[in-house]
Amino acid sequence: MTLKIIVKGKAEGEVLVAKKPINFLGAVDKKTGKIRDKNHDLFGKSLAGKILVFPFGVGSSVGAYTIYSLKSNKCAPHAMICLKADLTTASGCALANIPLVMASKEDYNSIKDGKKISLDAETGKIL
Amino acid sequence: MLDLTKEEEAALKGERGETLALAYRILVAIGEATNADHLLPIEWAHLSGINYNTIGDAGEEFLSNLSKDTKFKVKTTVNPMGFDFDTVSKYGVDEEFITKQRSIKNSYEKMGAIPSFSCIPYEIFELPKKGTHVSFAESNAAIYANSISNLKTNKEGAFSALASALTGKSPDSDLRKDESRNPNLTIRMSVDQKDELTYGMLGYFAGKVAGSSVAISGVKELDRRSCKSLCAGMGTSGTCGMFTLSDTKGETIDFDKKEMQKIHDELNTTDSGDIITLGSPQLGLEEISSLAGMLKGKVFKKRCMVFCPRAIQEQARHLGYASDIERAGGELLYDCCICLTPLIDKREVDGVVTNSVKGAYYLRTSNGVDVNLKSISQIVQEETK
Repeated sequence: MTLKIIVKGKAEGEVLVAKKPINFLGAVDKKTGKIRDKNHDLFGKSLAGKILVFPFGVGSSVGAYTIYSLKSNKCAPHAMICLKADLTTASGCALANIPLVMASKEDYNSIKDGKKISLDAETGKIL
Repeated sequence: MLDLTKEEEAALKGERGETLALAYRILVAIGEATNADHLLPIEWAHLSGINYNTIGDAGEEFLSNLSKDTKFKVKTTVNPMGFDFDTVSKYGVDEEFITKQRSIKNSYEKMGAIPSFSCIPYEIFELPKKGTHVSFAESNAAIYANSISNLKTNKEGAFSALASALTGKSPDSDLRKDESRNPNLTIRMSVDQKDELTYGMLGYFAGKVAGSSVAISGVKELDRRSCKSLCAGMGTSGTCGMFTLSDTKGETIDFDKKEMQKIHDELNTTDSGDIITLGSPQLGLEEISSLAGMLKGKVFKKRCMVFCPRAIQEQARHLGYASDIERAGGELLYDCCICLTPLIDKREVDGVVTNSVKGAYYLRTSNGVDVNLKSISQIVQEETK
């Protein structure tokens, strides 16, 4: 597996796969960690404690503060895995100190929803 | 992979405190995401994320915590906020907004920011020598710095510029590298009418179609007003961070009347407005002086808000331009600009007349009001008596 490390760290949790990109500012409730955008495939689901697997972030760069708030409110994902590291997600994970890696298309597609995994974003491995 | 020095590595690990660890985490994350191979020193950071309307409660809390034991390492200037504290009491702005805005202002000042509250740092501060790396988060300022001021910056975000202010460093990627500064697309200016509004729309068009750098042909010279308008338009619609007035060997596309009409139709949503706003980007002394001259013997038929930096307002007052504009019914506002100010409220205003393409975009999307786009000469002709 070839992972590019954007924010270092180690984390464990259940995989939550989003099909659509995530607009952190608009679509995520920062108090609960739930997706509140009715048009998103994760609508109603909580990101709290999950290994969030999603294509990339979209929308205002202020969304980085939402990621920081999720962490302060103890409902942030334990780690994130994306296809393309956009600057909002990268800054937000750096602010909140949440491990973030970029996966190649093939590796990204091999990560299954609901599976419990352990991400080592120091060496770039998924166990 | 980003190669860090021993010192940078130690700071990232937290050996120089949690704040520097955070700042380096941001630089490393952005550096990895933009394929930089090292960090380089910058001399000046210009920060966005000052207005409470843009950063909200989470931003306010974050900055309040950060400012407890942190100082900026390099010269740091800041973007406009929501209003100026001298006159805000006249406007009926929400108390909570005022309290939160004050906290944000205090946090930045405590960390050592120069309280410029301006989006035109390139016009009010002395510039470092040619080729100096800076980190400008305000989009019009980044484009102006790269294209006109001979400085080098990426179109930074609020967090990359903040991390630069805390460390004096930035990832060496994109427009910091000479090869990325060469445009591979030329836009030919094919519209005859050349005023600041046309250039604003040209910029907005260029931002949509160009990569990180673009060439513009068919323009011999640009006055300051048109140039600022071009930079602001370009910064609003895309990721392009630089233009040059030249041709390139690559692809050429025309900006003609038809393309201009499309942009106009997108941004102009009404034929009239209740108020006039000038100043996104904020007006510099040249533009204030020119406006005062245009208004001789005239009075605005409706309220006209004129946004400029505090320092320019003081000079304009000293030189008599402020009283000329006020005599004509204009209001000079400072420390804020058209974009995202709570002073323009859709409960009181349906439509706004402006010559600013950037202002038009944010008035519609953030303030939720309609916009009537007109050039400054058209505004003076049609909106005064």
